[in-house]
Amino acid sequence: MGKIRLVGRLVGRDLRRRPGPALLLVLAITAATATLTLGLVLHGVTSQPYQQTRAATYGPDVVALISGESGLSPARAAAEVRTLTHAAGVTGYSGPFPVASAVLRFRGLAEGVAAEGRPEAPASVDRPKVLAGTWVRPGGIVLERTFAEALGVGVGGRVTLDGRPYRVAGIAVTAAVVPYPNMCGPAYGCVFDLPGPNNFNPGLAWVTEPDARSLASAHAPLSYLLNLKLKDPATAPAFASEHRPPPVANSPVLPWQTLQAGYGLEVHAEQTVLTPAAWLAGLLAIASVAVLAGGRMAERTRRVGLLKAVGGTPGTVAVVLLAENLVLALAAAAAGLAIGRLVGPLLASPGAALVGTPGAPAFSLSIVGLVVAVALVVALASTLVPAIRAARTSTVSALADSARRPRRHGVLIRLSRRLPVPLLLGMRLIARRPRRALLSTASVAVTAGGIVAVLAFHTTVHLNAATLSNGLGNPMIDRDEQMLTVLTVVLVALAILNAICAAWTTVLDARHSSALARALGATPEQVTAGIAAAQVLPAAPGVLLGIPLGIGLYAVAVQGIGIIIPSVWWLAAAVLGTLAAVAVLAAIPALADARRPVSPILQSETA
Amino acid sequence: MNDDGAWVLRACGLRKEYGKGEGLVRAVDEVDLDVASGETVAVMGPSGCGKSTLLHLLGGLDRASGGELWLDGQRIDQLGERALARLRRDKIGFIFQAFHLMDELTAAENVELPALLAGRSARSARRRAAELLDRVGLADRAGHLPSQLSGGQRQRVAIARALVSDPQLVLADEPTGNLDSQATVEVLRMFEDLHSSGQTLLVVTHDSRIAATADRLISMRDGAFVDETRLTGGSSGDLGSLAGLNGLTE
Repeated sequence: MGKIRLVGRLVGRDLRRRPGPALLLVLAITAATATLTLGLVLHGVTSQPYQQTRAATYGPDVVALISGESGLSPARAAAEVRTLTHAAGVTGYSGPFPVASAVLRFRGLAEGVAAEGRPEAPASVDRPKVLAGTWVRPGGIVLERTFAEALGVGVGGRVTLDGRPYRVAGIAVTAAVVPYPNMCGPAYGCVFDLPGPNNFNPGLAWVTEPDARSLASAHAPLSYLLNLKLKDPATAPAFASEHRPPPVANSPVLPWQTLQAGYGLEVHAEQTVLTPAAWLAGLLAIASVAVLAGGRMAERTRRVGLLKAVGGTPGTVAVVLLAENLVLALAAAAAGLAIGRLVGPLLASPGAALVGTPGAPAFSLSIVGLVVAVALVVALASTLVPAIRAARTSTVSALADSARRPRRHGVLIRLSRRLPVPLLLGMRLIARRPRRALLSTASVAVTAGGIVAVLAFHTTVHLNAATLSNGLGNPMIDRDEQMLTVLTVVLVALAILNAICAAWTTVLDARHSSALARALGATPEQVTAGIAAAQVLPAAPGVLLGIPLGIGLYAVAVQGIGIIIPSVWWLAAAVLGTLAAVAVLAAIPALADARRPVSPILQSETA
Repeated sequence: MNDDGAWVLRACGLRKEYGKGEGLVRAVDEVDLDVASGETVAVMGPSGCGKSTLLHLLGGLDRASGGELWLDGQRIDQLGERALARLRRDKIGFIFQAFHLMDELTAAENVELPALLAGRSARSARRRAAELLDRVGLADRAGHLPSQLSGGQRQRVAIARALVSDPQLVLADEPTGNLDSQATVEVLRMFEDLHSSGQTLLVVTHDSRIAATADRLISMRDGAFVDETRLTGGSSGDLGSLAGLNGLTE
């Protein structure tokens, strides 16, 4: 008990004595755990909200449609689809409802719409949940939520369908149709293969049945939609297969599982990118933590000597050092979970078409356990070796603060003799700690890879936006942009943190040699530029490696389909921007340290 | 050369204070000092009397709290960090008690470093380093790392490094403080050599044998100069005899 209290007291005192590095460590692990939490939360986001919506709207197990282009008369089409109501396993149904293909206009915007005719009374299967306003009435239209959002119209707004005026009576969600703009998808074709123009990925609206029928024309005959309930919803795919192909062309029979996948498109992009992004963030965090942990250990060499001199065993020393970083990792995991918990629903919320708060239900104990475990493993992996090394260091050399002698890299030193002073100093700093330089190269490669992947994703999103552009907002693209912003912020924040950690550790490690260089005639500016050069030189190959790494990562994320490489200008900007950022971030701690007088450093430290 | 042609270094009322109020500590207290060209001055005193602080102030490694400091006719206590760095590079050589050699550099690389920092070519810097290592008797150790050298050899490398830019003033801080008797004798020989070559030298030391090589001996206590003795004959003079240094330069 006494020993635990002693360790706790030592950890507490050390954290209070050096809050800055501790804060950096917490930030690094927090960023990684927040990204991981987001990835895990979004992983489960597609199923639960859909189920919620299905439950709230008495969603169908199977949806069947006979297209207006089937060539059948309206009465025959309705009769054909109605035959499914007698199929084995069907326990209930609603419809068939007439669906008209029309063009909806609002404030200069025009988009194709599937106008489903509904009775004013609620149906037994598929009762769209009205989120604002009221249900359909003559002259009143109800819009599916993501479609309304894309149009920017609310309850009371005035729209036209094929030129006829309607007032928006309400906004609703349904589980029977995939929300805008995903009514057509590779997995399920087009839910409504509507006749006439503007029929690609139309929006969904509900009107009264007479209004729907009145919108039909010879060029755009009515389609019919039937919602079925099965005895066993799990058999819906088998039921759909059995009744496919339907009696007429262009008439899909869709199980609810397919519709659920269509709903998943809402967050598909987030999922494909967030998982690799979480790995990238994790790698960056590990690099930051490794550099920070090493730096903190180097900084505390003398403290280790003091601990041992007053009777601390190697075990006690190792436990104190480990406990400190594990405590910080726990705090960071808690912060990361909180951030992921808060931001997750924002990314997934669109579930605009869905009921409830989609991100929240996916946040489970297993996620908490996994995130905490990852944080602890990261801290442990990066601290264990330095802690054991510190525990094994002889007391005398630890007290003399000379535990980590610099390495000699003769080739680099000889090469540096012919370079200008800042590069000479920078290259010699690299020669002192080549492994740290390699770590910098690796972390910059990961950062640049992340940035290039985000750029590639960004380019794709914009190309898609340009292809689909009809003046309407696209909730998916909006959300992609939202996610890209979050990812970019996380990656850049981590990269900044990483660069600061690496520079700070180099400054600490090189404090004596920098002071000596100044005593021998190097100006503070030359020393600062030298430390910046020590970061930029290993960063240069890293950032170049990051380009193929990022493109490869993006290719993996999109499974090799439709890879779009960002323009040379964007890549050049990413390379130069990253190097400039590394130089500036390194110069800040270096400049601060160069202001310290030389004398106390030389007096307090030995070579 | 300074304006009156006599001194290289001049300090007037030089002060260095730490803390304030009741906690005020005067590490260097109103020190006045002139060091003439070619002169060797030794400053002696007990530990903590402010010798090293004074030396760091004189070399521009630390900032004075007050007073004036002149080097080669130029007032230097008001110079910025960049100008001070250039001054150290061009006009001052330092020798430290702890040697302060870079562990990862060989003897030759350590010696040539100030010349490279001054912008001299790699070839010229290496040639000068080789000359100086030869002068201090370490030509055959040029490729050795500090960890492969004895204490005395390390200090001789540090002396060679201090001389690489042909400084007007060499400042030495307890140059034999970390050395055994044999190594001390090696370094004393070097100081005698410097003295006889006309190098201006200011040494702070505990070691009376080093002090005996000086032209002038200043005693320091509680940050202030309390006594000054002009010596004659360096190590071959009376004090040198007392310190047992006769014959060192033979």
